Amino acid sequence: MKKTYINGLGCISAQKTFDTVFLEEAELNENSTILSLKAPVYKDFIPPVAIRRMAKGVKNGIVASALALKEAQLETVDAIITGTGMGCIEDSEKFLKAILDNDEQFLTPTSFIQSTHNTVGGQIALGLQCKAYNLTYVNGSVSFESALFDAKMMIEEEEASSILVGGIDEMADYTMSLFKLAGFIKKENQGPYSILGSTTKGVVFGEGATFFALENQIKNNTIAEILDVEILNKLNVSEVENKILSFLAVNSLEISDIDAVLLGYNGDVDSDLYYKNLSNTTFINVPQVYYKHLSGEYDTASAFGLWVGSKIIQTQSIPDIVKLNALDKQSYKTILLYNQRNGIDHSFTLISSC
Amino acid sequence: MNIGIAITGMGIISSIGNSVEENYNALRNSQIGITTIENIATVHVDVIKVGEIKKTNQELIEELQLGKDNNFSRTAMLGTIAAKQAVKNAGITSINEYRTGLISATSVGGMDMTERYYHEYFDNPEVVKYISSHNAGDNTEKIASELGLKGMVTTISTACSSAANAIMLGARLIKSGKLDRVIVGGTDALSKFTINGFKTLMILSDGYNKPFDNDRNGLNLGEAAAYLVLESEELVKKENKKVLARVSGYGNANDAFHQTASSENGDGAFLAMEKAFKIAKLQPEQIDYINVHGTATPNNDLSEGRAIARLFGESKVPDFSSTKPFTGHTLAAAAAIEAVYSVLAIQNNVVFPNLNFKTPMEEFNLLPQTTLKHKNIEHVLSNSFGFGGNCSTLIFSKSE
Repeated sequence: MKKTYINGLGCISAQKTFDTVFLEEAELNENSTILSLKAPVYKDFIPPVAIRRMAKGVKNGIVASALALKEAQLETVDAIITGTGMGCIEDSEKFLKAILDNDEQFLTPTSFIQSTHNTVGGQIALGLQCKAYNLTYVNGSVSFESALFDAKMMIEEEEASSILVGGIDEMADYTMSLFKLAGFIKKENQGPYSILGSTTKGVVFGEGATFFALENQIKNNTIAEILDVEILNKLNVSEVENKILSFLAVNSLEISDIDAVLLGYNGDVDSDLYYKNLSNTTFINVPQVYYKHLSGEYDTASAFGLWVGSKIIQTQSIPDIVKLNALDKQSYKTILLYNQRNGIDHSFTLISSC
Repeated sequence: MNIGIAITGMGIISSIGNSVEENYNALRNSQIGITTIENIATVHVDVIKVGEIKKTNQELIEELQLGKDNNFSRTAMLGTIAAKQAVKNAGITSINEYRTGLISATSVGGMDMTERYYHEYFDNPEVVKYISSHNAGDNTEKIASELGLKGMVTTISTACSSAANAIMLGARLIKSGKLDRVIVGGTDALSKFTINGFKTLMILSDGYNKPFDNDRNGLNLGEAAAYLVLESEELVKKENKKVLARVSGYGNANDAFHQTASSENGDGAFLAMEKAFKIAKLQPEQIDYINVHGTATPNNDLSEGRAIARLFGESKVPDFSSTKPFTGHTLAAAAAIEAVYSVLAIQNNVVFPNLNFKTPMEEFNLLPQTTLKHKNIEHVLSNSFGFGGNCSTLIFSKSE
């Protein structure tokens, strides 16, 4: 069975995550309830005429995918698979507001056209003139992992030798105000919003576009291998440890084989219960990493997590800013990522050095 | 030929019926579901016709026996009804007994509630519960929860080809041995959002949609949900399951031409069909019926027709029809309801009519089947295409 290698990364996030080594300029912002991403210079990647029509999620997706392809030295791919939780909400909002405010009249189609969840995948295909397999997953916190799972399966089936896979979510003003109203985002003026030790509900929200160029062969620029991905809809807190152990066992691994574990802590007191027991007992002797204090929480924030994991393997180091405990390893070979939100959409992702 | 993946159950709710049997009877008797819209207040009420399920949200809530504080979107309710039927039809009583997944498709998700309460949210605490149901994944999660399913759950959204990709992923999950059985399909409710979107693109018909007619003038939107149960060979044998038909081929390609329009020669459609034949190990002449995407927009039918003529040879195209004159275009659910119709065609050896057709298109010599036709049907090809250039093809085959 063919193996899946990460040969290129592209990450647009609230941090400086391109043209950089590994979070050396990361900024911890615990005073905002929303972390906007650092926009790249779009005109370096997209024709100016097109830029004006595109929502930011589409632009960021195009730039992140271009960075990943460039790093992997690929011109095109055999599949483009994206994940997004909320899709192109900026255009959805714009069109819906126009419908409601103008009593369904005087509408123009542009924002409707770009409102579908598969806009980013379609626009990347259009830009690359890539007629290959193209799919978009939209399932909350496993939107990205569904794409990754599909990509790995395609490589195993030998249906593709190179695949672009990414997670994209964008913020939009009205949706953010609704999320605040519903309590998904933490209340204003109650900072600092530290993820660790949080005693309140809600999260600090974020956005981002993270792409990976995957191939079925090792090259000079190979960063890591994707060993396995598993998605589960629903688990109780008490079931997680056993699920992790059996996931590792399927891959002939034990806890002691794990050199670092990345946990999806997001500062929501209830959601984080799923990680506490793992931190305090299961992985007590393993270097632990968190990352959503840098990216913010969003449906595809775990793609940012996989970027962090890949960078740990690539640089063989864990920046202090993402460390959950003081443990170090001499080498980082095998890394486990676990993410979920509010007890649903659990994912386990296993990567290793090559 | 590839043996294909067993289909052991089906469920459907559409504007032409609330069960597989009702849908079949409507298809056989040319009873269409295209009517004036009743459940959504829209200024376009007199100029559009839709394939609407004539049940109010309250009736759906009662049918599903949902609690008063539930926050189901209409999309989630329709999906739950169809998925429950499919599971029952497959004779599944203990859903987590085997490795079971749910792959659902939707394009609007909970948009029907979002647009209803968009400006009310800040004034009415009672509707705040619907904010979380906008997310597409939330709709699938609710269906999974109603089924009691705890395994792999995910959602696909590739506009109007979404459910074809859900069926394709399900088949691949079984073929690769990752799951033992998968519930696959899609659900989309009508919404002001899509009505106005398609209206603005000027591709809504002011009458009844006429696929592959020279004078076609656009589509009727519809709402529906349908699911199939796919099971592994081992499970079919072990449980002595009745196989309704098989998913023998699937293909996905991108047209890479325009965000919403199809290329003139239907490159994406051609590639998707070609890939499906390769997986099925079948030749075009073995197809007995094509359930075309056939939305009745000027652009789709020309592009799809050209791709079909290229692949089959213009003079050798098998019987084909679009069933969208019955149901309207049900977006992300379209490929799922048409999968059910493809299986019905195989089970009953019948080609469903392409209603409302009068004048052949001048660009090519392709004539849809316009009346109910009885003949042996071994293999059915079903196309679905969407915004973003997403093109998908499925091939269904009779089980040996």
